[in-house]
Amino acid sequence: MLFYFSTVTKPKYNRQTLTINQKPNILDSILTINNLTKKFGYLTAVKNLTFTINKGNVYGILGPNGSGKSTTLGVVLNVVNKTEGDYHWFDGNTTTHDALKKVGAIIERPNFYPYMTAYENLKLVCKIKGVDYSKIDEKLKIVGLDERKDSKFRTYSLGMKQRLAIASALLNDPEILILDEPTNGLDPQGIHQIRSLIKEIASKGTTILLASHLLDEVEKVCTHVVVLNKGEKLYSGRVDEMISSHGFFELKTDKHDVLMEFLENNTSFGKLKVEDEIITAFLNEPLDASTFNKLLFDKGITLSHLVKRKESLEEQFLQLTDNN
Amino acid sequence: MFRLIQLELQKLWLNKASKVLIYISFILPFTVLILSSIKINFFGFFTLELGELGIFNFPIIWHITTFFAAQFKFFFAIVVVSMIGNEYSNKTIKQNLIDGLSKKEFILSKFYTIVFFSLVATVLIGVATFLIGLYYSSYTEVAIIFREIEFLPAYFVKLVGFFSLCLFFGMLVKRSAFALGLLFIQYLFEWIVFWAVVENTTADIAWKVKSFLPLESMWKLIDQPIQRIIMTKFPEKQDLVYDYGVHWYEFVIVIGWTAIFVFLSYRLLKKRDL
Repeated sequence: MLFYFSTVTKPKYNRQTLTINQKPNILDSILTINNLTKKFGYLTAVKNLTFTINKGNVYGILGPNGSGKSTTLGVVLNVVNKTEGDYHWFDGNTTTHDALKKVGAIIERPNFYPYMTAYENLKLVCKIKGVDYSKIDEKLKIVGLDERKDSKFRTYSLGMKQRLAIASALLNDPEILILDEPTNGLDPQGIHQIRSLIKEIASKGTTILLASHLLDEVEKVCTHVVVLNKGEKLYSGRVDEMISSHGFFELKTDKHDVLMEFLENNTSFGKLKVEDEIITAFLNEPLDASTFNKLLFDKGITLSHLVKRKESLEEQFLQLTDNN
Repeated sequence: MFRLIQLELQKLWLNKASKVLIYISFILPFTVLILSSIKINFFGFFTLELGELGIFNFPIIWHITTFFAAQFKFFFAIVVVSMIGNEYSNKTIKQNLIDGLSKKEFILSKFYTIVFFSLVATVLIGVATFLIGLYYSSYTEVAIIFREIEFLPAYFVKLVGFFSLCLFFGMLVKRSAFALGLLFIQYLFEWIVFWAVVENTTADIAWKVKSFLPLESMWKLIDQPIQRIIMTKFPEKQDLVYDYGVHWYEFVIVIGWTAIFVFLSYRLLKKRDL
């Protein structure tokens, strides 16, 4: 993500708005995975994976295609058999079968009966989950499909199918919503719709687990992230800690030495790098470009070049996956 | 249990193809039954009235209707294999499980539906047979009417057994057409076993071995009644005499296969990564 001097491009959904209602509580764990391994013949799809999902956060599972995201979700959702290790839902006293009734999940692509209407499809899901039919209209309204509820599923566009899948996953007012690549294959408008939906759901305090290979998606939506590559966990923790810095300035001025001295004595800045007369100054604390510019101007330092940048998740991610 | 049947019935009933097939599998045997029970006049040349042959007499009518009605089971067999095939091709089996249906419940919902359908078919055939019999039969004493009513439960068990075999084949190959192909291969296989045994021993033993195999055991539950009709016409011909009765061990074998097929379907699903 680039923050230029004046044209600051802000992401539409930023993390801060998501965390307002969320009070993470370590005691309320929803899913615990311990040393999970899954082998398909010679191929190890998931290797010794351990992580915990707590109530009230938006988690991302990030990894390139074939890194074991879907397999991991498949195992905890009871459609893929684990090879080794274990996992448990909630406090560990609930069977997976019962736990899944408190979970809403969609996987890879929306799977419904093409010959049934949206309403009929959701009725079936209600029967499976033991939910009252009155929820159907409510949830269809949330995803904006209530006007098309009597159309057959096969007449839906991919974006509508995906939204129906989300409505279906929400029917039981789940404690956790699991989404596997929910924007895969959608056009920009569809992606936008799905993301604002996720944002809206998260703001109501529902825990979300989002698997994706799209970095900016995870960056925009998630508070926590687990990075996988070739079935192994590379990182797990907060997204903003993964993007560990507050960004950095790229500066150029005639009064090079004065500026260097100023930066060295200013506690807001940490590491400094000089390359072709351009100073790269890493921030220790948040500081926006215009404030900084004014500050320097008051000190009598005029800049010929000022760029504020942030290391993107992409850079972090590529760095992580490259090392392995 | 009713939740699981409801679930499956919704899936079947809203699907045009299976709805049509279900209708056919109910309507066709009745049409045949009713057509055969009325007097047909061939342009004044002669009249054909099957009733006069004595086939609608109690108790033989139980044998005849259940035998012929059972031949229409293939229509519902297509429904059974396609209800598995569709779940795989639409990937809804995966979604059903994720939505909170257990693998056991998934198989049970299919099996209960099979039992439900077989039960409805049995009751309908039972009622129709009873009414046609009352109308045509020369004997209407209660003892005679209900003498061979065991053909009805035999019909029920035969249907459940056959559809369970279809269920298993459907789960095994995941595709409807291949599953139906497997049924044919199973049929050939039973004959191959038969001939292999004949080669090494006698035909008698071979028939006994074959009667333990799935398709043959279902067939043996209700033996063909044609020979029996001829027998009643020519009582003096002793070489026509055969054992057409329904026996307890025939029930046991078919019920055994049913249990095996349902259990294997469950095992298969449990071991499988979807």
